[in-house]
Amino acid sequence: MTQSPGTDSPESLKKTPLHALHVELGGKMVPFAGYDMPVQYPAGILKEHQHTRARAGLFDVSHMGQVRLTGDDAAAALETLVPGDIKGLGERRMRYTLFLNETGGILDDLMVTNAGDHLFLVVNAARKEHDVAHLTERLKGRAEVELLDDLALMALQGPDAAGVLARFVPEAADMKFMSYLPATFNGVPVVLTRSGYTGEDGYEISCDKADAEAIARALLAEPEVEPVGLGARDSLRLEAGLCLYGHDIDETTTPVEAALEWALPKRRRAEGGFPGADIVLGQLQNGAQRRRVGIRPDGRQPAREHTEIVDEAGNRLGEITSGGFGPTANGPVAMGYVDIGRAAVDTPLTLMVRGKPLAARVAAMPFVPQRYYRG
Amino acid sequence: MTVKYTKDHEWIRVEGDTATVGVSDYAQHQLGDVVFVELPDVGRTLAQGKEAAVVESVKAASEVFAPASGEVTEVNADLEGEPAKVNSGAETDGWFFRMRLSNPAELDGLMDAAAYKDYVEGLQ
Repeated sequence: MTQSPGTDSPESLKKTPLHALHVELGGKMVPFAGYDMPVQYPAGILKEHQHTRARAGLFDVSHMGQVRLTGDDAAAALETLVPGDIKGLGERRMRYTLFLNETGGILDDLMVTNAGDHLFLVVNAARKEHDVAHLTERLKGRAEVELLDDLALMALQGPDAAGVLARFVPEAADMKFMSYLPATFNGVPVVLTRSGYTGEDGYEISCDKADAEAIARALLAEPEVEPVGLGARDSLRLEAGLCLYGHDIDETTTPVEAALEWALPKRRRAEGGFPGADIVLGQLQNGAQRRRVGIRPDGRQPAREHTEIVDEAGNRLGEITSGGFGPTANGPVAMGYVDIGRAAVDTPLTLMVRGKPLAARVAAMPFVPQRYYRG
Repeated sequence: MTVKYTKDHEWIRVEGDTATVGVSDYAQHQLGDVVFVELPDVGRTLAQGKEAAVVESVKAASEVFAPASGEVTEVNADLEGEPAKVNSGAETDGWFFRMRLSNPAELDGLMDAAAYKDYVEGLQ
């Protein structure tokens, strides 16, 4: 049987503040974005995934970049790098946006929060060095950029997350989806957002790295909460139709191609003023040549990243960018890019898996219903 | 009835001139939850060390290599509906296929259970 590679020495990998806890809990540690991270715990990916949708899962996402932008002009300055509405982002509100390059390609996806006296950004682990350098260079003189690497970040996700967190932070229960709240957890300062990467209700909890383990242990002591690794994090977000940078979106994909037009609000479309605006606005006007779509293979066999998508005659239509098995969807799920003419839901596709054609069809995303808190 | 193991964590159990093949308990543990198994067609000729089957876990696909050369005579139909049998019974009811050996002497180069146990311990 082929062996998975594992050549990074654990000593050369970075550790989050929860590393010792992961090892204690029996986490199977693997390299991810330069960190030694748990891909799963003894329960396994399937159970961890299902538990998150049934009750509550706790994820360590401290490897991601937490960034503070300060300056009177910070929102306007950030708008020069992203197509989102940052100036109009209300206090203690957050939104999803994208760093774009001059050809309209995506440099990273991120969450931006208006924290009152600063903007709080969460960026992908694999891009945090790039993003901080990008922000520093481009916002020089207009805003201060600070990577907050003395902080930890955890996600508590699932239908029981609100009930659990309210035992420690009663105000958390009233938080609206995509909102931000500084609070206290067992006497220790934390910053909460009601957001996540699973399609479920849940929170992200930012804290000082010295406090992270105690908070994690307190949450794990609650009967509803189990630890969840990166393997289930990926299957959860895939079922939710959420992009993974470097796979579903990258510098070669525009927001229009990536079916992320909803992140481009009216004012920014009218005004432009973000990198690649000409190309992106042109695609909004005239359509792009390809589109990111959900894909459901027929049968039980998963089709994974880089699987070629062809038509009945064997002509290439595109490629899968993320694919695997969806435990809640109870079958294989995938997303990928197809020629624009083949992007409608239910369009039949053929996937070339290990040289054999596999029938599939374009499917609506998310693959499982979203259950964000709507008040 | 002898069971032999390969360095790639397949097992082969010989009974007369038929052999049953699967992946070891160590292998299923490394793989994680199995969600799909691609089995060879009955009648297919297998060569020792070459790909015979594919096992898909949630995260990735892994090749399963033929421990010996021969012809596939039967496949485990249960794995289609219950791929998780590979996890719960890797060396019992999670077997992959049966084959008729074309060169039983090939088995001499494989590890017996004790040697495989030592080998796996050396990997940890």
